[in-house]
Amino acid sequence: MSVLLNKGTTFIVQGITGREAVNLTRECLDYGSKVVGGVTPGRKGREVHGVPVFDTVAQAVENHGGPIDGSVVTVPPAFTKDAVFEAILNGIKLIVIVTERIPRGDVAQMVELADMEGARIIGPNCLGLIVPGVCKMGGIGGPAKDAAKSYAPGPVGVMSRSGGMTTEISSSLTQAGLGVSTAVSIGGDAIIGSTYAELMPYFEADEQTEAIVIYTEPGGRMEAQLSQWVADNNSRLPIVAFMAGKFMDDEEMKGMSFGHAGTIVEGVEDTATEKIARLEAAGIRVVERIDQIPDTVKEKIGADA
Amino acid sequence: MAEQLNKVFIDVAVDEPAAGDAALAAKLEEVCPVNIFKGTPSGVEIVEENLDECVLCRLCIEAAPAGTVHVKKLYDGSELT
Amino acid sequence: MRFYEYEARRIVELAGIPVTKYGFCTSAEQARAAAEEIGGPVVVKSQVLSGGRMKAGGVKFADTPEEAAAHAEAILQLEINDQMPRGVLVDPKAEVKQEYYASVVWDGTAKRPLMLFSDMGGIDIEEVAETHPDHVGRGHLTNLFPIPDFEAKQTIAATGVSGSQLNRATPILARLARLFREYDMTLAEINPLAELTDGSFVALDAHMEMENEAVGRQKQLLRTQLEIAEEDTRETYEPSDFERHVAAIDAADHRGVIQGKDHGFTGNLGLVIGAGGGSLTLTDAVRSQGGKPANYSEIGGNPSVAKACGLAKEVLEKDGVEKIAVMMSIVSNTRVDIVARGVIKACLELGKDPGETIAIFRIPGAWEDEGFKILERYGVEYCDRSVSLWEAAGRAVAKVQGAAG
Repeated sequence: MSVLLNKGTTFIVQGITGREAVNLTRECLDYGSKVVGGVTPGRKGREVHGVPVFDTVAQAVENHGGPIDGSVVTVPPAFTKDAVFEAILNGIKLIVIVTERIPRGDVAQMVELADMEGARIIGPNCLGLIVPGVCKMGGIGGPAKDAAKSYAPGPVGVMSRSGGMTTEISSSLTQAGLGVSTAVSIGGDAIIGSTYAELMPYFEADEQTEAIVIYTEPGGRMEAQLSQWVADNNSRLPIVAFMAGKFMDDEEMKGMSFGHAGTIVEGVEDTATEKIARLEAAGIRVVERIDQIPDTVKEKIGADA
Repeated sequence: MAEQLNKVFIDVAVDEPAAGDAALAAKLEEVCPVNIFKGTPSGVEIVEENLDECVLCRLCIEAAPAGTVHVKKLYDGSELT
Repeated sequence: MRFYEYEARRIVELAGIPVTKYGFCTSAEQARAAAEEIGGPVVVKSQVLSGGRMKAGGVKFADTPEEAAAHAEAILQLEINDQMPRGVLVDPKAEVKQEYYASVVWDGTAKRPLMLFSDMGGIDIEEVAETHPDHVGRGHLTNLFPIPDFEAKQTIAATGVSGSQLNRATPILARLARLFREYDMTLAEINPLAELTDGSFVALDAHMEMENEAVGRQKQLLRTQLEIAEEDTRETYEPSDFERHVAAIDAADHRGVIQGKDHGFTGNLGLVIGAGGGSLTLTDAVRSQGGKPANYSEIGGNPSVAKACGLAKEVLEKDGVEKIAVMMSIVSNTRVDIVARGVIKACLELGKDPGETIAIFRIPGAWEDEGFKILERYGVEYCDRSVSLWEAAGRAVAKVQGAAG
């Protein structure tokens, strides 16, 4: 079992001829993922590491001879909305948006269309997702051999607003002998396609997953939404959270932005202190130190077993 | 501001007579992603300030006749093959 | 990006929302002329990007043009929260029957814009929401389809407003919603929205903020209609030398991304850290273990040796910095060996011993074996992924404190 991806998942890369896209295509292929095509307008007929390049998503679907499951979108911010619309309206149901610095209004439009068409968006400003040993969609974990080192199969689902911290946390779980069921880099922007709470039902339904780890930051209401989800759904999954950016609560840091675009404190509910209190009130264990995650997960899994 | 140091980590050399080959020089300039080589009509010049940017990609070694381009890692004394 | 009140008024006006006949003035003389043209009592308001104008004496009423000029003279020289005003706004003193509140903000959870309306305007909306929740109407908007007037009507009607007031306010809220979407605003607020004694509605004060990511595609509004210069970026504070230097190094080279901040930091341990999440985690880890960071920074996207070197040098040259800690979460794109070369070079170019200067180097991941060889050659203490970010930060703190003590 796994979340969102499986061994047979097919996907394309939109913007495949870009520098970073070429790298992530190589990495995904090496990991065993089924990259069945790429799209860059005007570049039809080329190949990237053996993957055929098309002008349109429709051509890629036609060449594949049936529906394609997913797309990794790595086009510049001004073109991302159109690329995502094209993917959704050509029947693609899982879209990973890597691109950073997309205006919120565009992201909200993509999400609204995805909701109407039954598609799911991960990101923007994310590294994608990985099911260890099964499929990697996006740059998450880096080259296949590095990804294998950081991500071993196991019982812990990971969701993180930071791409780098997805791998850092997963690696610590792997080193501790726990391993990861599915890890999702959900993105660092103020509005993203899939929040913690929106992904929880997938993990809940996944037999392999026995616990959840989230990495979180100041800014936004995503943690409040998760706390509410936990309160409403009587989840079987213990959740361990780590909150970074506590220093931003200091008076002299007020109004400054650090880290991701979404990490800006706009109201009292956005601060690290407020979020930690909210998560803990919902029974979510918030660890003080990043290195306490594996032992805390072990404790939780042991206690629930 | 202190002076910029070059050739701290990487040194690159091209053997004669390959170094005097204008066609090879142009090719080296094209393949190197960090602009270590400059092609001139009289052969190849090494751009000193870019030496330490070498990403060890081997493209220059592969572009030249075997054994003529030497990429040396000054931090451990080894040479890229 | 934040706007001055006179600009926010103009934006509202462009969207077809009625405003009073106001004048933006940069001298006492202009203020006198504006007051004369208005003819009658006026209010003179300081134009700063800061709240609390009234309290600070930045809003004054005048009955005559002479009085308006005198107030303008004083207000133009009055600093409010460290800001000198851009000018003053001269506005007729309106005959207000009732004050309302209208705004549009993002609801990040619903991923839709949210209209807010209240018949208790002129005061803080959060306070109204707390004390009189039945006086606040809310309505979510579609991102994709045209915004119909009835959505605004429903939102207003929910507060109990009816009659001609409902019919007058509806198009105003609908237009505010459309401008929010069209101009990529993160906040579009009219407070107060005033019903005058003659029954007409006008926006008496407006507050607008545009998303920074959208500034590039809103040139028509910003440059042509509002005549805001490209370099007028409206930062919330003046960048320090360190911040400007790091930004310049970043802009000069497209390979990778570096960022540096030192506003609010005054410690002795320089941080050369990354990336987004790793930097936040590491800054906390240093502080929680008693360390005093001299700065905040972010490295990402595989920077060149020169860029990593440039950042490290800027950090090392900051006053009070004794050592630097070079730390990142596991990297998959940024290369360990390239960052190692950069930070060692920074030490060498400043005549410092890398082994002494770099308290710890903790970057595991891509090309780590090559990176570790370089670090060994220069006697720099390094560690791999088996040492957590917390522990690495702790070691750096212990070293810099040992050196200081």
